[in-house]
Amino acid sequence: MAALADVWRRREGLRALVWLSPWIAGVSIFFVYPLLSTVYFSFHRYDMYTLEFAGLDNYRYLFEDPRVLTSAKNTLWLVLIMVPATVLCSLALAQLVVRLKAGVGLFRTIFYLPSLVPLAAGTITFVFLMNPATGPWNQFLALFGVRGPDWFGDPAWSKPSLTLLSLWSCGQLVVIFMAALLDVPRHLYEAAAIDGAGPWRQFRSVTLPAIAPVLMFSLVTNVIYALQYFTQAMIASRVASGETDSPGSSFSPGYPDESLLTLPQWLFQVGFRDYSMGYACVLALLLFATSMIFTLILLRQFRRAEEAS
Amino acid sequence: MRFVPLSVAAALALTACTLTGCTANKQAGPSLGAQPRPSGPASQALPAATLELWHGFNTDAEVKAFEEAIAGFNKKFPQITVKAVKNVQDDQITQAIRGGNAPDVAASFTTDSVAQWCKSGAFQDLTPVIKQDGIDLSVLPEVARSYSGFEGRQCTLPLLADAYGLYYNKALMKGSQPPRTLSELTALAKKLTVRDADGTIKVAGFIPSVQYYENSPSHLAPMVGAKWYNDDGTSAIGADPAWKRLLTWQKELVDWYGYANLEKFRKSLGDEWSAKHPFYQGKVAMVLDGEWRNAMIANEAKDLDYGTAPLPVADDRPDLYGSGFTAGTVIGVPKGAKHPQQAWELVKHLTTDTASLVTLSNALRNVPTTKAAMESPELAKDANFTTFLNIFAHPKTSTIPASVNSVFNQEVMGTFMTKWEKGGVPDLDAGLKGVDKQIDDKLKLSGG
Repeated sequence: MAALADVWRRREGLRALVWLSPWIAGVSIFFVYPLLSTVYFSFHRYDMYTLEFAGLDNYRYLFEDPRVLTSAKNTLWLVLIMVPATVLCSLALAQLVVRLKAGVGLFRTIFYLPSLVPLAAGTITFVFLMNPATGPWNQFLALFGVRGPDWFGDPAWSKPSLTLLSLWSCGQLVVIFMAALLDVPRHLYEAAAIDGAGPWRQFRSVTLPAIAPVLMFSLVTNVIYALQYFTQAMIASRVASGETDSPGSSFSPGYPDESLLTLPQWLFQVGFRDYSMGYACVLALLLFATSMIFTLILLRQFRRAEEAS
Repeated sequence: MRFVPLSVAAALALTACTLTGCTANKQAGPSLGAQPRPSGPASQALPAATLELWHGFNTDAEVKAFEEAIAGFNKKFPQITVKAVKNVQDDQITQAIRGGNAPDVAASFTTDSVAQWCKSGAFQDLTPVIKQDGIDLSVLPEVARSYSGFEGRQCTLPLLADAYGLYYNKALMKGSQPPRTLSELTALAKKLTVRDADGTIKVAGFIPSVQYYENSPSHLAPMVGAKWYNDDGTSAIGADPAWKRLLTWQKELVDWYGYANLEKFRKSLGDEWSAKHPFYQGKVAMVLDGEWRNAMIANEAKDLDYGTAPLPVADDRPDLYGSGFTAGTVIGVPKGAKHPQQAWELVKHLTTDTASLVTLSNALRNVPTTKAAMESPELAKDANFTTFLNIFAHPKTSTIPASVNSVFNQEVMGTFMTKWEKGGVPDLDAGLKGVDKQIDDKLKLSGG
């Protein structure tokens, strides 16, 4: 009997293996293999053609490369400022829309539409609208006596300008939050109101715990998104700088003053413009480790908050 | 947990596969010079083949001109068909070679990748077949030979060149002659600048900002004879006083305009590649630009009364006057080309055949690279275009020397100059040494 059970268990294991094989293949090909390759190439000089063992040279250069610190700081700014701003703004908009008695569909559409605009088109439009000399945005501000800044040309304003762009296109998050808010049982609010809880107390004690998993999901995905921030920063820099691609010219990412240089942009520049693939792999590993750390911290905080409640 | 060993095993197998090179290096044709030269007239001896040619030209006029140049080749080699693929960039070429799907012939708009392609063998060294066919490379100016090869490997040849000079608006100049020195340029720029009462710039004499269109460090450097590298490939920027001279001159003129004023004016200007270019509209009296601007003016601003001249030079370097910056399109045979001998015949035709070069130059209004093509009576010339032919042929005309970190080095210098003109560099000498350090550190990383 014991032998039969053993065979059954083995077959059960084999069956599970068969069912799981697509996942195993996917993870192996698209995660484990690239990760191991990245680690392998990070110890080499690799220009896409020739491979030469370089020991720790690529890792040593990480500490000599001034762009790493600059791009890491910029990326961190996006994580600490842009992500909370986007999440809070989306939550606030969702709260407002779900409380509306009429026109919910209209406002939901209005807030969602910008997120359908392609990233490149949205960014270019923003840069043109906010051009300090010819853009209508500063001309509009001038009507109220406000002298608008050089939004994408002043390093002090470039990241806040990108944050505005992010807020403009936060419709997807608004819709997710709306769905979560509508899922909160109404009787909990009624009970809280009977107990004398005001709007803020209701939000803190009823809404927040109820939507915590969605909030957590939004935070984690947005933090990872911010760590991989690339397209908007690259396009905004390029359009605002007016740099050209003629022979003898070379685009410097991060305009103005490297204030929009993010880690993924630097990684791309190093790998696909300079062909220093080994060093690009080191940057990729740094980005991977940072993403992991941020995600783990957020998950741990979430678990603690859940246990406390 | 019991599945972990399986996934790890799969990953290891895949990694091993990569390391042994099984993802690339498909069967390629023989390399150039490895086969004996066909006996008899080449046109009859070479077997029939279909060549794939990748190039960066994109507009209808450019593609048509390129096809006309290829038609000349087809007359010589009727058994060879050329399939041209337009709008291809350097990274696509690199990845195709890496992936074992290289075209037979590839052309690049810039010279930034030449060193990398030569050093790594991504493009085949043409030296054996150049010798075999008895081609005298002295028909090319020295500078064009320098930007098409690296460390003794001539892995590309120049197809067409760009030369950079000064364009001036004759109406705005009010009879003034184009400046020959930087101090003359400064004086004239100030004289021609028109401001509103509040200091806002209405017309700029000359925009000295490195952020303005073609004012890149590479294009400005020949005005003072600034050197990019030492003989060993390390950066010469901090040690060469010419850079300091250039940056000091530039900053003085930027400060005269006022950085904020100049930036506001710069950002109000139309797109470089549109009919709203500020030079066409009389908003800037003098601009640094390439010879191709002549063709654009002919199409987009027919009534503009303008002239061209060499760029002004440092006051103490009058010998440089008449020279300028040059670079251009290069073409070669990638590693893995399926028909390398036929590909070489096409490269040879496009880069050395006078009729072909003249056809291309007349259509694209770029500078042809061989002396014969430049002197050809068929070449369409006028005074404004001749300026650039002369700049290209000038013995002191320079380029950015080939480097495996070409893009990085230019980018570091561009970033530094942007910071400098803004007033963000308190110590110029220390700043330039910092540029040296960045370039040299990167060179070490690349195994230089």
